[in-house]
Amino acid sequence: MGKLIDFVITSIKVSLTGSKKYYAWLASLLLLVIFGGISYYYQLKYGLIITDIRDQVSWGSYIANFTFLVGVAAAAVMIVLPAYLYNYKEFKHITIFGELLAVGALVMCLSFVLIDLGRIDRMFHLLPITGTPNWPQSMLTWDVIVLNGYLFLNLLIPGYLLYKAYVREKPRKWIYIFILISIPWAISIHTVTAFLYGGLAARPFWNTAIMAPRFLASAFTAGPALMIIILQIVRRYTCVGKPGCKLVVSDRALFTLAHIALISMLVNLFFLGSEIYTVAYAATSHLAPLKYLFFGLEHNGVTYAKLKPYMWAAITMEIIAALLLLFPKTRKNFTTLNIACIFAFVGIWTEKGMGLVIPGFIPTPIGEIWEYYPTLMEIMITLAVWALGFLVYTLLLKIAIGILAEDVVHPSAKDKEMPEGH
Amino acid sequence: MVDRSRRDFLKKAATGATAAVIPFANVRIPVIDVTIEELLQSHYKEMSEEEKQRVIERLEKEYREKYGIDATIKTTPPKKGVVWGYALNIQKCIGCRRCVYACVRENNQSRANPKEPWRGEIQWIRVLEFEKFEIHPGGKAKDFRTKFGEVLAGINLEESEHYYHPEEVPEKDKFYMPIQCQQCERPPCVKVCPTKATWKEPDGIIVVDYNWCIGCRFCIAACPYWARRFNWSDPYIPKEEINPKMHYLGNRIRMKGVVEKCTFCIQRTREGRYPACVEICPVGARKFGNLLDPESDVRKVLEKKRVFRLKEELGTQPKFFYFMD
Repeated sequence: MGKLIDFVITSIKVSLTGSKKYYAWLASLLLLVIFGGISYYYQLKYGLIITDIRDQVSWGSYIANFTFLVGVAAAAVMIVLPAYLYNYKEFKHITIFGELLAVGALVMCLSFVLIDLGRIDRMFHLLPITGTPNWPQSMLTWDVIVLNGYLFLNLLIPGYLLYKAYVREKPRKWIYIFILISIPWAISIHTVTAFLYGGLAARPFWNTAIMAPRFLASAFTAGPALMIIILQIVRRYTCVGKPGCKLVVSDRALFTLAHIALISMLVNLFFLGSEIYTVAYAATSHLAPLKYLFFGLEHNGVTYAKLKPYMWAAITMEIIAALLLLFPKTRKNFTTLNIACIFAFVGIWTEKGMGLVIPGFIPTPIGEIWEYYPTLMEIMITLAVWALGFLVYTLLLKIAIGILAEDVVHPSAKDKEMPEGH
Repeated sequence: MVDRSRRDFLKKAATGATAAVIPFANVRIPVIDVTIEELLQSHYKEMSEEEKQRVIERLEKEYREKYGIDATIKTTPPKKGVVWGYALNIQKCIGCRRCVYACVRENNQSRANPKEPWRGEIQWIRVLEFEKFEIHPGGKAKDFRTKFGEVLAGINLEESEHYYHPEEVPEKDKFYMPIQCQQCERPPCVKVCPTKATWKEPDGIIVVDYNWCIGCRFCIAACPYWARRFNWSDPYIPKEEINPKMHYLGNRIRMKGVVEKCTFCIQRTREGRYPACVEICPVGARKFGNLLDPESDVRKVLEKKRVFRLKEELGTQPKFFYFMD
């Protein structure tokens, strides 16, 4: 127990000590959180009226970002699976970065859902005993279970492994059971999130069987793409990957991630194409949301097309990303690889965030066209949640790198070698 | 029953005991503006009669202090052998929207306030205007439609006009179709609600416990009839316009952050009166009654007229029927 307390205290210390650049990074994130916090105060006081979400488009930026980030969280499995099931050596050192990214992403997901609630003061109504969860009927109750379960797994696994490394002990076998469970669990979080939408017959744009597969394919593109960028940043600003460092992020590991992103992106584009074909060729009234997305809808001589430029940009970015990832020459060149990753990430964020949530509401089920565009306060709150997620991720990474690479060790284990399994 | 009492016990243990002994019951939490007592209130269906009474007294007191009105909030239960149904004659409807405004007044919906435009206006009924038919001869040559032209007719929701404002209704060549909650037998909104804050009463009406709703708006996304509204802000209702005859599950004054909807005027219909929209309709287009009673207005329509329901293909089984003469 004493060692565990030491672990926690040391972790906090390590996470809060760093270079000037590190403090500047933390401070800028904190500043964004504070600005968003002030906006959220107004939302609490005056209600969701400070956003542009209305009866016609009843979910907006919050739920769009939530949806996208569940995918980022789920994508950790793309590192865990090869590392543990296929014993892929290149990924052994980076699994922890993936799992901790899942924690950061989940912090954002849960924040977005809570912020979107009209009555956050009553959130305990969702829980057993203090509330009346509509389980198993409501997909949202499933989402509460799988998201919190996944958060638990991704705190437990890296937390335990880091603790064991800190005291220089071999991790026990039972943790591998949790690691194995985390693989299908990752799939489940994004499946349930897709089912939130897919199960609504009222919204033809979402009511399609391809929803969950499409969610997973896009997640396994955006997640690895983000990971490639983050790992390069880690390599540049920490000891990781430098000569003599115990943590290695090899180019091969990055290229493998790029390969995963490529295949997922191709599958994602294929799914998107299948969806567009089915809706467009049949050309029933279900075409309207898709038409809104890509061309805009016309009513009484006015064309409503606020999402159109974003959507075309997103699709263009996704296709460029796919091409850059496809050719070995551009995939293995870090400049073009990074462009591909940024394009893939931003493209999917648009396509599967706003591009998926908003058109589901346009036109309304009884034919009204009403456009949504987030307000400044809404954008501030959204930014704050992103900043919060990255803040959490930064602190966790700092601890992990400290213990695994920078000889942060419990005094009693000072002379011991790092045992196997780390 | 054993389960239930155990559950109650756990619940009370978790939430700190019954309202009577809640410490700081009247303390108001700033910013979100709720009292501890209100926050720890149970789900309506789990409240004892005594608890319901206490909540009602609290609400009536609150309305007296806030609006200076003497409201009575009833909890009249459904009658046995009654399932409410509605029938609307779209041939008679003239699109005057009197039903919309009668509903707003009767059900204490939030009004537009020019001085505080951030407070949202809420209307439960939406009247759609359609062209009787449109013929566009010729058509675009490139189009895959027939070269003889394009013909539009009938109820095509995506061609409907929601914001029509002519000098006089009905307009020539137009017809109208009001849409409100269809009180589905298989309501998708109830299915998706994560907290069971909305449910179907034994008389077929879908209600909301405004004090249990967490405001996730999943029900709004799930409703194929766009019948649910959200309180994006605190509602605004001028004192003198408040309807003091209220039902707990119906027209009592709502708070920000919760969903509301048509209840077939539960505060009226459970007392043997017609819904406000039925009463106000100047052309008698709206019929209401007990679906289980062969003599009721709605049953007579079902028997004599050809009726249809909106979006039948979704399997929601509305108890709201449309018909023509």
